[in-house]
Amino acid sequence: MAARRRLLLLIRVLCLAAAWSCAGPVLAEQPPAPRPDEEPVIEPDVAQSHARLAKIDTEDFELGAFAGLLSIEDFGTNAVYGARAAYHVTELLFLEGTYGYSKAGDTLYETLTPGVRLLSSQDREYTYYDIALGINVLPGESYFGSGWAFTNALYLTGGIGGTSFAGDDYFTTSFGVGYRLLFNDWLALHVDARDHIFKRDLFGENKTTNNLEFSGGLTVFF
Amino acid sequence: MVLLWLLLPWAGAAQAAEIGGRVKVTAPFIELHTGPGAGYPIFYVVDRDHWMTIEERRTDWFRVTTEAGKDGWVSLEQIERTVDADGEPTRFKRMTLADFTGRRWEMGALYGVLDDVDLISVYGGYAITRNLSLELWLQQALGKFSHSYLVDLGLVHQMFPEWRVSPFFGIGGGVIHTRTSASLVESSDTTDETLHVGAGVRAYLTRRFMLRAEYKEYVVLTSRNENEEIEKWQLGVAFFF
Repeated sequence: MAARRRLLLLIRVLCLAAAWSCAGPVLAEQPPAPRPDEEPVIEPDVAQSHARLAKIDTEDFELGAFAGLLSIEDFGTNAVYGARAAYHVTELLFLEGTYGYSKAGDTLYETLTPGVRLLSSQDREYTYYDIALGINVLPGESYFGSGWAFTNALYLTGGIGGTSFAGDDYFTTSFGVGYRLLFNDWLALHVDARDHIFKRDLFGENKTTNNLEFSGGLTVFF
Repeated sequence: MVLLWLLLPWAGAAQAAEIGGRVKVTAPFIELHTGPGAGYPIFYVVDRDHWMTIEERRTDWFRVTTEAGKDGWVSLEQIERTVDADGEPTRFKRMTLADFTGRRWEMGALYGVLDDVDLISVYGGYAITRNLSLELWLQQALGKFSHSYLVDLGLVHQMFPEWRVSPFFGIGGGVIHTRTSASLVESSDTTDETLHVGAGVRAYLTRRFMLRAEYKEYVVLTSRNENEEIEKWQLGVAFFF
């Protein structure tokens, strides 16, 4: 008896399952939803603005040369020449790369003791590079007579770099202050004072040297 | 010298060929400064419906000449309150986070330490995809007893390029040339190949400017029996094109 009831239950479940599987396709055959492109379209009544990006010559780069005096600690004050390139990031900040060349003079010991040479001529060559971040402070105008006005700015720089001197290379930090005077929109005059600081142990004693540079130069913006 | 002159080829990229454009003021007035910066004084104002010519751009400032013959600098915010001859608003390229995300070229300079030795690096990178970029590094390590030049070529992958502070990791190889100090009795020159892995982060600051900090671990494939391992930590600035 129980076996028959179980058989009937099984048949009922099978019939239900068959009905459900037949109903599936029927449900799927409902009319499709209207396609979006058949719906009425409302044209927006808005005037289009064709904003274009204007192309204007950007002049954020500065390139130039300088000459001045470099006081190499213990080796006197000598002429220095160099080149500089800068990229102006904002009206306040700029990145600057500098390369300079100088040749060291005699130490006091060499001057007082004729015939003694502590360094060869080649080792007296002093070259440096410096990568600095600069900030423009105190912008203003300078006047020349009554008819001329030039924009200018004072700027502070701090940088890192390398110095080659006396047959060795030294890690160098630099700090400086400069003055930039623009003659017109592309030509600028620079007056710079900068301290190049590095440690060297040339005469057996490891010492921090301050090598002060004072220079003037011209740059062009492009 | 080499490091400095590397900067120069990039300079041309920022130069746009076309110059100028006459625009008409639509704001009640526009202020002319004597120089390209908010710190320079305002010396003249151009009234609505007056025309002026844009001559050049420096950072976010524009040099204009007016019909009255005045020559001054206008901020980006104010120069966009003008229209051109067709009556269409003047718009200029502003660098945003989207440009940082979609950058192609980047270059920068970093300070770091290579196993306690001061290190100066410059690099250039090219983005092959938004996630992957190829980088060339030139580095000088300046120690008390030795100095080294390192040249690295690497692939850098950033997981989330659209993030303002975007982490990355990279692998690569290169060479290291080391010279011991001239003040030592036995000075020597060695050149070895290197392999490196690294990780770091780029943080977008403003305009084309970003900060970059990273760590790299080098394996120097020396001619001796043992390979040497060097750690490098760096922090610096970079800009993109």
